[in-house]
Amino acid sequence: MAAFGSFALLIALALAAYNLLAGALALRLLVSGQPARFSPERLADTARRAGIAGFLAVSAAAFALIWSVFANDFSITYIMEHSNRALPGAYKFSALWSGQEGSLLLWAWLLGVFGFVLRLTHKTDVRLYAYAGTILAGIQVFFLAVLNFAAPPFALLKGAIPEDGNGLNPLLQYPEMVIHPPLLYLGYVGFSVPFAFALGALMMRYPGEKWIKVTRAWTMVTWLFLTAGIFLGMHWAYAVLGWGGYWGWDPVENASFMPWLTGTAFLHSVMMQEKRGMMKSWNVWLIFSTFLLTLLGTLLTRAGLVSSVHAFAQSSIGNWFVAFMLIVLAVCIFTYVLQRSHLKSDHHLESLVSRESSFLFNNLVLLTACFVILWGTLFPILSEYVVGNKVTVGAPFYNRVAVPIGLFLLFLTGVGPLLPWRATSFKSIRRNFVLPVIALWGTVIVCFIAGVRVWRDGAFSTGDFYALVAFAVSAAVFVAILSEFLRGAGVIARQTGRNLFVATWLLTRRNTRRYGGYIIHIGVVVVVMGLAGAAFNQNQEKELGLHDKLLIGPYTLECVGFTQDSNLNYNSEYALLDVYKGGAKQFQMTPEKRVYLASSQPQTMVAIHSVPSWDLYVVYEGTNPDSGQPIIKAFLNPLVGWIWAGLVVMVFGTFVALVPSLTPASAALRVPAVRTVPTEPALKGGD
Amino acid sequence: MANPLRFHFWMKTAQALLLAVAVCFSLGATDAGSRFNDLGHRLMCTCGCAQLLGECNHVGCPESGRERKELTGLISDGKSDKEILEWFSGKYGATMLAAPTTHGFDLVAWIAPFAVFAAALLGTILLVRRWSGLSGAKALGSAIDPENEDPEDRERREKIRRETDTGIDGGF
Repeated sequence: MAAFGSFALLIALALAAYNLLAGALALRLLVSGQPARFSPERLADTARRAGIAGFLAVSAAAFALIWSVFANDFSITYIMEHSNRALPGAYKFSALWSGQEGSLLLWAWLLGVFGFVLRLTHKTDVRLYAYAGTILAGIQVFFLAVLNFAAPPFALLKGAIPEDGNGLNPLLQYPEMVIHPPLLYLGYVGFSVPFAFALGALMMRYPGEKWIKVTRAWTMVTWLFLTAGIFLGMHWAYAVLGWGGYWGWDPVENASFMPWLTGTAFLHSVMMQEKRGMMKSWNVWLIFSTFLLTLLGTLLTRAGLVSSVHAFAQSSIGNWFVAFMLIVLAVCIFTYVLQRSHLKSDHHLESLVSRESSFLFNNLVLLTACFVILWGTLFPILSEYVVGNKVTVGAPFYNRVAVPIGLFLLFLTGVGPLLPWRATSFKSIRRNFVLPVIALWGTVIVCFIAGVRVWRDGAFSTGDFYALVAFAVSAAVFVAILSEFLRGAGVIARQTGRNLFVATWLLTRRNTRRYGGYIIHIGVVVVVMGLAGAAFNQNQEKELGLHDKLLIGPYTLECVGFTQDSNLNYNSEYALLDVYKGGAKQFQMTPEKRVYLASSQPQTMVAIHSVPSWDLYVVYEGTNPDSGQPIIKAFLNPLVGWIWAGLVVMVFGTFVALVPSLTPASAALRVPAVRTVPTEPALKGGD
Repeated sequence: MANPLRFHFWMKTAQALLLAVAVCFSLGATDAGSRFNDLGHRLMCTCGCAQLLGECNHVGCPESGRERKELTGLISDGKSDKEILEWFSGKYGATMLAAPTTHGFDLVAWIAPFAVFAAALLGTILLVRRWSGLSGAKALGSAIDPENEDPEDRERREKIRRETDTGIDGGF
């Protein structure tokens, strides 16, 4: 199977190279109009078919690796290092992305999937798709070259073949690890598609903004994958690493967050181009940057430039990535310089206080956040280079610098939709902002009544202050969005006589993109509320003998026993903890410590009881070597469940935004066009 | 024309608020438990787990237990925060500190993000003002007067509104 896999990868590389060269030649002939011995259209079609065949070849290689994992073929180095006989089936599958070579193969395969779909739908716009397909082929050539020559997944083990493998890293033996990396990779790889379309459209001086409409669904789905991937990674860190948190500003986390920020900026500003023909150069560079950041993130974590607890796949492929990034950057700059006259804006901003400028400021803040994270991630390298002294840039730096920026962004999330297009007046601002401002100050008062204080133990608490601001701004943004829904729904309800619920449904169906976007913003608000809850975390650590008790928040944890278990994959120790609240037993928790046999590595399995107001999070830390007593650490983490709930809302909002809006004909069938109410409040925001 | 007295009042209020926030941020924790918590979140565990010392609790960590004991000892010895951070930095290296210091080249780490943001913000504002051809005050106060508006502009505005607020494929 190793020979089959290697051969499939080689064929895939040859097909991708043909796709790139034949595609480029065909497009060159089509543009120049030079006579040729063969038809450029037919040549372009052979290139497209080579791309489809290339996808099949990469699929065959991926299949060969998965087959080898399940067949326990330890003659392959990768399988020996990342699997063992006792590894459960689901985790054997996830071995595909648990190491350097496998994850690059996954990347190439996903790129093949995206390319396959793109090439099958080429009739949408044959010329534009030919450009995009050829650019994707160029990216695929890079990944397949790395797989064939720098990080071959089917490399054979030298010497005697061992009876069993080293096993999968225990940190990765968790259900979410079966879906988190593929989602994240779908996000990373997916941005190759809008990048290819943007670069292709620029190369061919594509008229109008149709390419944006063509790629809108691609971009949104990609953004959704990246968002879901990041959140699942947070949940994995929360449930597996056992430190009670979910985001540590680790370089790997940062690497996934940076393209998310620029991708989010692109999703917003591209609407300006679509609607008003503005920010064309800006958008092109945003998507170029997003693609480059997906590569940079991979470079940072794979090349060993920065250390990370999340980096499971490190090697010396950094030079390959640097070279490829430089080539991509050179192509982008060259194309931009050559075609920049095509990117002249149709309109300019007319006022500092308008919907357009709110998009611009939103972009500015998102890019500043991206810069802060990039800066913090790279500063240790810079410091070592300049003063010869490596420093750590950890959570305290980001909490001081990035959190205020995040809160400002949240503020803009609420303000933007309240501003009308082109220009506004103080009167309009006052009218639209009354309710959100009331909500803001109302929340501040409620927080004070509930006991939130920015002074704790005689000192100013930055965390509590940020939490208070986050709660207040979140409430204001939520009210602002809700009032937008109610204004529009109120008009439709009056026009059609339907109730407010049906009117809201009709309103959303009439402009799914706008109101889907608002739902995503509500999801962001819910997430921010959950994040702000971290300011009020509590924790207790105690050695617990039999029937000893640990108090945390309203809960009392009583140790009722300890036990051990073992299977072919690991040995484990459990603590059995009865949890009481108000004197009555509520439930039992079983935090666990495992030692995996193949790797001899220990791993915590956190016990989490989640309710909307908080998570009770219990860790079995091991035993005290002096007393032999188990050590239990309990956390009470307020509002953590809101973070995951917010993701669900964001996913729902994205699906809504992806649904096509009602056409004028069908809208007319559902909503009678009553024109007797010309100045309804629903449109005041647009006045 | 804005009332100068009113402007003066708001400026003074803003200054007072800024001063209050600055004072708040400059104060530190006082009792030993708070100091342990605060300093534990300004130091890294040195075992390579990339976690803060105050949060590192992974099974079998060979470093965090000893380092926490050292921190507790230094606090009970009456050392100041600065002395404690310098002690850890001297013993384990600068990477023990969870964030760059505020002197020397480290200061660049703190200044650069705000400098970039300020420059970008200023550049954007200047660009928008150049595009609009209006002063900031005029732009802010230029409510569209429906009676004096150019019919062509009004038509364009209505078209945008139709497309964006109730249109079939409108944006935000």
